[in-house]
Amino acid sequence: MSFPPVIASLARHKLTALLLILQVSLTCAIVCNIAFMLNGRIQQLRQPSGVAEDELVLLESTDLDEKAQPLIRHDADLAALRTLAGVKSAAAVDGLPFNFRDWSNGLSLIPDGPTPAAASVFDGTPDTLATLGLHLVEGRGFLPSEYVPLGSARNWNGIDQVPVTIITRALADKLFPGQDALGKVIYPDEKPVRIVGVVDPLLRPRPHDDGNDYVTVFPMLPDANGVTYVLRTSPQDRERVLAQAAATLNHLHGNRILRHMQSFTQLRDSFFHRDRSMIGLLIAAATGLLFVTALGIAGLANFWVQQRRRSIGIRRAMGATRRNILRYFQVENLLIVSTGIAFGAVLAYGLNMLLMQHYEQPRLPMFYLAIGATALWLLGQLAVLGPALRAASVPPVVATRTT
Amino acid sequence: MFGYYLLLAAYSFKRNRILTALMILAIGLGVGASMTMITVLHVMSGDPLPGRSAHLYVPVIDPHPVSNTKPKDATIDAAMTWPDAINLLHAARADRQAAMTAGSLPIRPAQGALQPFFESGHYVTADFFPMFDTPFRAGNGWSAGDDQAHARVVVLNADLNRKLFGTAPSIGRTVQLKNTEFRVVGVLDDWQPQPTFYAQIDDHAFGHADQFFLPLQTALELKLDFDGRMGCWGNGGDARLGDQCAWLQFWVKLDGAAKASEYHAFLADYWREQQRHGRFPRPVNPQLFNLMDWLGNQHVVPGDLRLQLWLALGFLGVCMTNIVALLLVKFLRRSGEISVRRALGAQRRDIFVQLGIEAGVIGLAGGTLGLMVAEAGLWSVRRQPDGYAHLAHMDVPMLLATFLLALLASLLAGLLPAWRACRIAPALQLKTQ
Repeated sequence: MSFPPVIASLARHKLTALLLILQVSLTCAIVCNIAFMLNGRIQQLRQPSGVAEDELVLLESTDLDEKAQPLIRHDADLAALRTLAGVKSAAAVDGLPFNFRDWSNGLSLIPDGPTPAAASVFDGTPDTLATLGLHLVEGRGFLPSEYVPLGSARNWNGIDQVPVTIITRALADKLFPGQDALGKVIYPDEKPVRIVGVVDPLLRPRPHDDGNDYVTVFPMLPDANGVTYVLRTSPQDRERVLAQAAATLNHLHGNRILRHMQSFTQLRDSFFHRDRSMIGLLIAAATGLLFVTALGIAGLANFWVQQRRRSIGIRRAMGATRRNILRYFQVENLLIVSTGIAFGAVLAYGLNMLLMQHYEQPRLPMFYLAIGATALWLLGQLAVLGPALRAASVPPVVATRTT
Repeated sequence: MFGYYLLLAAYSFKRNRILTALMILAIGLGVGASMTMITVLHVMSGDPLPGRSAHLYVPVIDPHPVSNTKPKDATIDAAMTWPDAINLLHAARADRQAAMTAGSLPIRPAQGALQPFFESGHYVTADFFPMFDTPFRAGNGWSAGDDQAHARVVVLNADLNRKLFGTAPSIGRTVQLKNTEFRVVGVLDDWQPQPTFYAQIDDHAFGHADQFFLPLQTALELKLDFDGRMGCWGNGGDARLGDQCAWLQFWVKLDGAAKASEYHAFLADYWREQQRHGRFPRPVNPQLFNLMDWLGNQHVVPGDLRLQLWLALGFLGVCMTNIVALLLVKFLRRSGEISVRRALGAQRRDIFVQLGIEAGVIGLAGGTLGLMVAEAGLWSVRRQPDGYAHLAHMDVPMLLATFLLALLASLLAGLLPAWRACRIAPALQLKTQ
């Protein structure tokens, strides 16, 4: 099979062929970018938060007493929660990955110096690390003597008294590139704080442009009237433990409001629900585009087969095999789709540049172009197969008929 | 002639049932997807205060130190410090001005049956109500004197009022917010502008409605809990009242462009005056955003939704290219018929109109399908837990726009094929048959 007759025949259908090429290139450009965005979204969705996600349940409790003493209240509540069957460990915290309770601090390496990074503050009672199931990759946990109250009623002045901190690997790499962060000192406020441990990974309570995993964990005790209790249990016990915990807390001290009672999995799901619906829409759009393009290819091929019945018959009468005819239409399709993909590649990068400008999308890797191209080649061949087979079955006798 | 062309179109559809169905399907899907997204964006970019929004402005003055790196995007942080808000309030250079912030409080119903519950509202200054022209069902807002006196007064929205007092008149009665009794001075008539433009714009800008409003100074005195972002620089001092923490929203009402430019000049003067006191180290650059511009700057319509609109429009574009190609082969296939009509005296224009009508009929059918697709799309949007979900309804203009879009799309798609087909020479085609 040689190209020239195919090209010569396409030249007689310039407009139609051009339209098909245009459609293929548009589809290619959009589908490549969709595949790339899809990958980004799925990566986000799968990002590990750093906590034992399947084993945690959360309750937010607000003490309504006018003369409430939060530190004492939290201790009493936690003691009662720990007695529940199935509770492995319990802690009171403020910030958690995905819970939007974000307190971020600019960190400097010298007093009143520039702040190379801002990090979210995680605080909690002494069992926090074990309850959340954080992965301490370097250093040690906190000592009982290191805990200070957060000071939420006094402008969170705990940050000026806390002696040590545990930071995430990402933050350590940002603050001390190429060095060991352990034992180094940072200034979240006026006083120096020594780094005694490194955890990895751990996400911030809400997304940030600069580092979603810049976290400082401080041995500070939550002391506001509102606090989040985190219970660690077995995945299958979560629902029961949550219900029992709520009943226990209300029984212990009725003058409170319990809110946002949920498993960590639920918290994560609601955090990502927009990304999930976006993923669904992206898949639907890509499928729709490919489907419509396949319809277009099949429709045109069908028309061309009907139009060329006589010439096919003549070629068959002159000795062309069915295989030759089949190949002819397949090569024709390959030619059109390949030209479309070539233009589509240029368009795809153009589109990607627009997305980079307006949606902070990174540069499109070649890999996604390959995906789009392969999908279109396969789809094109599949769509043309039916009409091509029909063409191949045109009997040579057609050549002898006049209409 | 129109009827005859319709008849011809019908014959043509019959001859290529599958091809016609495919074209209608493609137009329907493309238009339906586009109209779903256009409708969602249309309801989300609506004016929350029709008639008044043109006179409402957000003043932006930037007290941050020079060293702070600027955020990457152009979203402006208009949060104000307490001293600046008080200064602008006292200067009273606008027709109306108010400072405000969000807060949520535990509410204890007087009736024993109800458990205490959390409700979200706003702490505002007196001008808030006349400035935004909030509709009152009963009573009124409070005065600037009440602000000064840290009065324990509250304005309730309809839902909370109903929850607390049922249908009984509530003006003058008290409600306990956190640990303090507040006297109800006004009840709003279910006021819920969409989005809640006056608050910090975040993911919850749609869907939620503030249920109580109480004086900002009172909230500060009682140390009530605040919601929302607070950005601080420098160290020490009382964060809320200090001049190094920005957290308040500030709105002004300015009747007319002249007043707006006057106010802009006043802001510049204020900036320079503060510089003389060692504050506002950045170059003088006050900004004044009109309400609708402000919503645009704050991305009240999430980027994802705009992306989805572009996706839908891209899909429609591919569908249209598809239809252009299909119509082209469909028309050219009837070259014989067309050349006979031309030979019998039909003008090019006649052929063009005939084929145009055929394309138009496909467009109308596609529009009907598109409408169904869009309704289904909006239905699925409404099932999402997003705050804007309940707004996703099609109104009459959108309905008409759907048909218009479908018709336009198919006529545009028919243009090129019809033009190509009407250039078929009259007799030549007859000979080759």
